[in-house]
Amino acid sequence: MNHLTWLAAPTDWKADLKVVAGTSDVTRAMAIARQNLDFIQTAALDRRIAGNAALTAPLVPLKLAILSSSTVEHLLPSLRVAALRLGFQLTIHRTDYGQYMQELLAPDSALAQFAPDVVLVAFDVDHVLGTGPDDLQADGVASVARALEKLRAVWSAVRQRFPAQVIQQTLLNTTTPLLGGNEHRLAASRHAMTQALNTALATAGDAEGVDLLAMEAAVHAHGLAFWHDRVLWHRAKQEISPKAAPLFAELVFRLIAARRGRSAKCLVLDLDNTLWGGVIGDDGLQGIALGQGSALGEAFTDFQRYVAALARRGVILAVCSKNDERNALEPFEKHPEMVLRRTDIGCFMANWEDKASNLRRIAAALNIGLDALVFVDDNPFERNQVRQQLPMVHVPEMPEDVSSHPAFLAAAGYFEAVTLSAEDLVRTDHYRLRAENEKAMAAVTDLDSYLRGLAMVMGWRAFDHEGLNRIVQLINKTNQFNLTTRRLSEAEITAMIGSPTHLTLQLRLSDANGDHGMISVVIGALDANHLLTLDVWLMSCRVLGRGVEKAAFNLLVQQALARGVQRIRGLYFPTPKNQMVEGMYGELGFTKTGTAAGDATVWEYDVSRHVPLTAAIDTKEF
Amino acid sequence: MTEAQIYEKLTVLFQDIFDDDHLTIHADTTAGDVAGWDSFNHINLIVSAEAAFGIKIQSAEIEELQNVGQFVKLIHHRLAAKG
Repeated sequence: MNHLTWLAAPTDWKADLKVVAGTSDVTRAMAIARQNLDFIQTAALDRRIAGNAALTAPLVPLKLAILSSSTVEHLLPSLRVAALRLGFQLTIHRTDYGQYMQELLAPDSALAQFAPDVVLVAFDVDHVLGTGPDDLQADGVASVARALEKLRAVWSAVRQRFPAQVIQQTLLNTTTPLLGGNEHRLAASRHAMTQALNTALATAGDAEGVDLLAMEAAVHAHGLAFWHDRVLWHRAKQEISPKAAPLFAELVFRLIAARRGRSAKCLVLDLDNTLWGGVIGDDGLQGIALGQGSALGEAFTDFQRYVAALARRGVILAVCSKNDERNALEPFEKHPEMVLRRTDIGCFMANWEDKASNLRRIAAALNIGLDALVFVDDNPFERNQVRQQLPMVHVPEMPEDVSSHPAFLAAAGYFEAVTLSAEDLVRTDHYRLRAENEKAMAAVTDLDSYLRGLAMVMGWRAFDHEGLNRIVQLINKTNQFNLTTRRLSEAEITAMIGSPTHLTLQLRLSDANGDHGMISVVIGALDANHLLTLDVWLMSCRVLGRGVEKAAFNLLVQQALARGVQRIRGLYFPTPKNQMVEGMYGELGFTKTGTAAGDATVWEYDVSRHVPLTAAIDTKEF
Repeated sequence: MTEAQIYEKLTVLFQDIFDDDHLTIHADTTAGDVAGWDSFNHINLIVSAEAAFGIKIQSAEIEELQNVGQFVKLIHHRLAAKG
């Protein structure tokens, strides 16, 4: 009786019921509703939802009115559970049997007070075409036109009263053919008229913006005997069989979600044993099953064709695979039977990190919500992990045989759409370009904005007695960011305070998170040839990677110019610990001029050609 | 399938439908003995039993069922006819 086959079966149903009865965690309740439940389980879940007042936001409140001609009581629990599954909190109003026109037209009716967001028009064949025996002498075409006018009148009455989405259930053709396979030649038979009316409904619905709940497609997929039980029709006027209620409700809510832009937007695909058979990293380009030559290879091609067609329809594609990126890309670039190309993929994530993290990145790169992702993976372990960590991501249970994947994914209905725009047809390109830009800029842009957000301020001063202790400490302890590792005594440093032959800087840093205190020291010796030689340049490693050295250099050049300096000479004395600054002078724009004292390097900088370096730091004297 | 086995399986269906894990049923249990056993749930019971036992219950038979004992006998009969 469980027909939501793309959803996982419950593993501890009794516990799930207890959770839904008491939780205020809406995401968790939604995850429980996203299981393959039969109509009895659905009714039990519905009672728990009804009894739990905490299940509200972020669910979207929605008022659904059902105008029906048959019994719908048994469909209501399924409708409320389908609502929760897709993120809605549902209130339902049913018009009394056969009273829908009065309710629509009376200004103070219960329906008018209810003010529905969605109106579902669900009429059975008997109601629309009458119950009399087929009048084969009648004009079938005219009868269909009259029936259509009756439905249009309902739509227009709804439209005049409410700004609601109108969903018209197409007729469930429960009539019995009289002629057989060529029933259309008997235009006045009820069977032929029902077929003709359903065809006409598509055109009329398009013209009036009415969305169709297509029962023919549903019958095509599951058979009339699944949807309609003649015994129950006679006994209780149930047009839709109770066991079909969960699927019926799901179809209704797909239309509601689609109209509100809440259908899934992106299909995220695993690679090995999902897009091709085998493991590309082990089996190699020649070893994977894809394309002509084997039934398995053909099945994967067939699935890729379906996926590629979805992309052309506007579904964004992404890849999420545990693979070396080079291996993962190889079939896309070199396998002659690949239907999907790299350019079809909006965001390509192949690495060894967990899939939940990569799905987060994909959603961020494409700038869509995690609840807009459908993740297809052949591996149950990966599926369960993603379900557990990211319950909002749609994770269909895929059947083992890839041959059934296209039909299976279609039946899951994640990408239900009620309209199609020209943009939909070119969407993947747009998202791919966007994702590529973000990838290229991620390292730079994000760091820059992060640093700007820190609101760093570098305070500076020449050496003074107040700062002496900390200056001495830094000079004699700093090992890593230290160009010369030159140790100086307190007396030597004291002698530099106010010295005309020295340019000294003590630097402090504060930011949005607080004051880091003194973090850097620079000592330069001035000579008569307007040369400044940097004997000491060091910095605390606590403030690495923020551009402090660049801001310090801008300041140093500015101070040097004020003292008439023309050239700055920098020295790098390698030690076992200071390799991180080996290339610093080069990065700042110095030219290497030679070596000194063994393996030391000497660098020079022409201050007249200085262009201030970019750093997200304000500099001021303290 | 013995009648005892049918009772066992049917008990689980009753418990699920009437949302009561402690519900027990006997041959003489009638709709009046079980809270919530109305015409609506009567249909749910029939549909569940049809699916659980893989049988089809006919229009006339639904009307005739007076108690659980008759229901079990009907299921037993259908299963035997299936072979």
